[in-house]
Amino acid sequence: MNIDNFMGIHEQALRVRDYRSELLAANLANADTPGYKARDIDFKQILSQEAGQQQGLATTHQRHIPLSQGTVSTNQVGYRIPEQPSLDGNTVNTEREQVEFASNSLRYQASLEFVNGKIKGLLRSFKGQ
Amino acid sequence: MFKVFDVAASGMSAQNQRLNLVASNMANADAVSSSMDQTYRSRQPFFRTLENQFNPEDPTVGVKMAGVVESQAPLVQEYSPNHPMANADGYIFRPNVNIVEEMANMISASRSYQSNIEVVNSAKAMATKTLQMGKG
Repeated sequence: MNIDNFMGIHEQALRVRDYRSELLAANLANADTPGYKARDIDFKQILSQEAGQQQGLATTHQRHIPLSQGTVSTNQVGYRIPEQPSLDGNTVNTEREQVEFASNSLRYQASLEFVNGKIKGLLRSFKGQ
Repeated sequence: MFKVFDVAASGMSAQNQRLNLVASNMANADAVSSSMDQTYRSRQPFFRTLENQFNPEDPTVGVKMAGVVESQAPLVQEYSPNHPMANADGYIFRPNVNIVEEMANMISASRSYQSNIEVVNSAKAMATKTLQMGKG
């Protein structure tokens, strides 16, 4: 068993969820800013990319820098398509952002539960009970 | 994780300042005066995104109240020669505050403030759970 892979996808999932919560909070904070465009990421796409990185890209030299995981680059952050145009150019739909934020934080906690379960199992196997 | 708190706090602060302006407009809605330049004019805030000065590309931005503009809507001129504030021609001036508009602004500001508080509460729950990782 490799301890690095022990947490499975949830380690990356937590980081991407965390970043997404920052984006959604920014959308909600700018709900009344003229011209602000709501942003979001495609969670599924970024996570599968992260999962791909986990296995690939071996470092063959000691001075190779491994690709950092869990960082979403700016060009991966897209713009929401507004449901209804507004006169001041703002594309934040507060209700939608609130729902997305709530769902995102719930999913974060779900990933956290999985990680906790893994840790519990590991501790139990250490104790040999 | 902690950036969420900064962003939501900037939103709360901006909405609070907006609410202050609404209160100021409402309080001065009936402040009559005898000359046009002494009359209170409705004050409206304008918001701007608070960009990350080290990384302008950063999409997780907060918000700030960039300034206040005085409404250019015409003042209400009223002929009332018996009014103690009336000028030589018998006119008084009332502020260009639109109470209905201000009420709508007030509701909008308090709603936005609430949604920022919800963000803080959810982020706090997330952070607390994260701190307890592996303890239970």
